[in-house]
Amino acid sequence: MSQPNVIKEEQLRQAITSRKRPERPSALTTSLTFSSRALLRIKHVPEQLFDVTVFPIIFLLMFTYLFGGAIAGSTSEYLQFLLPGILVMTVSQITMYTGIDLNNDIRKGIFDRFRTLPIWLPSALVGALLVDMIRYSGASIIMLTLGFILGFRPEGGFLGVIGAIGMILIFCFCLSWVWTTLGIIMRSEKSLMMVSFMVLFPLTFVSNVFVDPQTLPSWLEGFVDVNPISLLVDAVRGFMHGNVTVEAIGWVFLSSAVFLIIFAPLTMYLYRNKK
Amino acid sequence: MTNEYAIEAKGLVKVFGDQRAVDGVDLSIPKGMVYGFLGPNGAGKTTTIRMLATLLQPDGGEAHIFDHDIVSEAGKVRERISLTGQYASIDEDLTGVENLVILSKLAGYSRKEAKERAKELLVAFGLGEAAKKQVKNYSGGMRRRIDIAASLISTPDLLFLDEPTTGLDPRSRNQVWEIVRTLVKAGTTVLLTTQYLEEADQLADRIAVINHGKIIAEGTSRELKASVGAGTLHVQLENSDHQEKAMAILQEKLQTPIHSLPEGGSLSAQVGNASLVAKALGDLTNENIPVSDFSLGKPSLDEVFLTLTGEKTEEKEEKK
Ligand SMILES: Nc1ncnc2c1ncn2[C@@H]1O[C@H](COP(=O)(O)OP(=O)(O)O)[C@@H](O)[C@H]1O
Ligand SMILES: [Mg+2]
Repeated sequence: MSQPNVIKEEQLRQAITSRKRPERPSALTTSLTFSSRALLRIKHVPEQLFDVTVFPIIFLLMFTYLFGGAIAGSTSEYLQFLLPGILVMTVSQITMYTGIDLNNDIRKGIFDRFRTLPIWLPSALVGALLVDMIRYSGASIIMLTLGFILGFRPEGGFLGVIGAIGMILIFCFCLSWVWTTLGIIMRSEKSLMMVSFMVLFPLTFVSNVFVDPQTLPSWLEGFVDVNPISLLVDAVRGFMHGNVTVEAIGWVFLSSAVFLIIFAPLTMYLYRNKK
Repeated sequence: MTNEYAIEAKGLVKVFGDQRAVDGVDLSIPKGMVYGFLGPNGAGKTTTIRMLATLLQPDGGEAHIFDHDIVSEAGKVRERISLTGQYASIDEDLTGVENLVILSKLAGYSRKEAKERAKELLVAFGLGEAAKKQVKNYSGGMRRRIDIAASLISTPDLLFLDEPTTGLDPRSRNQVWEIVRTLVKAGTTVLLTTQYLEEADQLADRIAVINHGKIIAEGTSRELKASVGAGTLHVQLENSDHQEKAMAILQEKLQTPIHSLPEGGSLSAQVGNASLVAKALGDLTNENIPVSDFSLGKPSLDEVFLTLTGEKTEEKEEKK
């Protein structure tokens, strides 16, 4: 091999003057290329899988044993009610890391290069989101497996579970655009985390994840009923318990569409015109 | 009709808050040349380049790259340009080859071609050995080179290099210069920014001196130097008794005021033309005035600014 660190003029000339210009890649190709980048990042920085592996396990154990006994009296009974909700809560909280990754990439200047390439601009974000879908699926599977070991038995069967995960993925894909928007706006990771928690905590806790909304004061019940997380939990529970309604599915699609329609274009606008 | 200019800008303005970071910049940069932006930290070099590279929208004025408007035809502009920013825009967690393969695929190469292209570039840039190392383990010079290599995956018609050698050791700096020269020979136009007069002098065919967002001088390096002078001459006489006579001789030959420094026999002068220096020193010898030491310092950026603006360059902390 060549000596390290030595530049040979002839080699250099050849390498940088090949004026070959391949065809512009398709939007699909570039999106998948960004997905492969995200996968490579996981390979080199496996710690980033912490949020999709350890969080779900901790959350499930904590809520099952801490509250299961206290609130419902029996852990395995409570698990039937609780698991779908906790699953939704955990995965939708994980979505916020999408924004943090983007924010980091932007601050490090990596996106400057991508933004000067003649490619379909959203592919950088879409590619990353595709890999996030894998992460969300992984988190769901880990949680369901553990739940099953602890005694969770979905009446909706295998298909019901698949349907439930499908609902979660659709919703989380759309919700992620909220975090990409914030990820571009916020200047530091710290402030981004803070704002993300401020949005997520009320959404996930003031919902029907832990309690039946009918036990709440009416003003709170009003919020819980329209909270998109509650809508998703309804559909996911329906799928898992085998009694899902078309209405519940419709609400999930609607709330997902609202997130996507508002925040995807907003993200792209900010991405294109970042100061 | 094809235009001979790679970059044409008129009255470019960018405002951050109440600060006019770029304040009415006009440019006409012909194809095939190396054009240098010379200016201190905070002068507005990066901001100007980011606007031209379609990363920032101007708040005023307009610019065309190869006849394409940087705002309304940003896509067309991006097909012709590459940017190597002031701060490395390479993914530090990935290896060198992974970075270049990803960018090659984004440029339209198939998976197999992308690997070949990445390999070819890494070897050509002297990074063959480091190809499989994570970029975070690279030295400053290696980082710079892979960053530039990443900009050359498809040879651009116009390359922006923002402070390509700031913080590099002389050897790495020479390597970067070599790359720029090779690229220009092959027909690429280069716009580079620098804080070093010497670098602009070595590389750039034309130089714009920029300060407070405005271009305060423009021309070839020779023209700029002529306006600034060749630099500062220091002469140390062996015997301070000769000081007065020596001052008179130098004054006459150099046509410029001679200053004597407090320590005896030490003289200095701002010299307009370096060729006069040899003659003046020769005359000292002819008059039997021995000189123990002399030096001709190149004009520094500070001197250029002092001459052009009458103000010292401000020491500004690098802000990110
Ligand atoms: N994103 C930004 N927001 C606010 N001010 C900025 C921003 N970018 C640059 N500036 C300011 O604009 C001025 C010009 O900066 P810059 O173009 O980076 O100068 P240079 O590259 O010549 O060092 C500086 O005073 C800098 O602080
Ligand atoms: Mg700069």
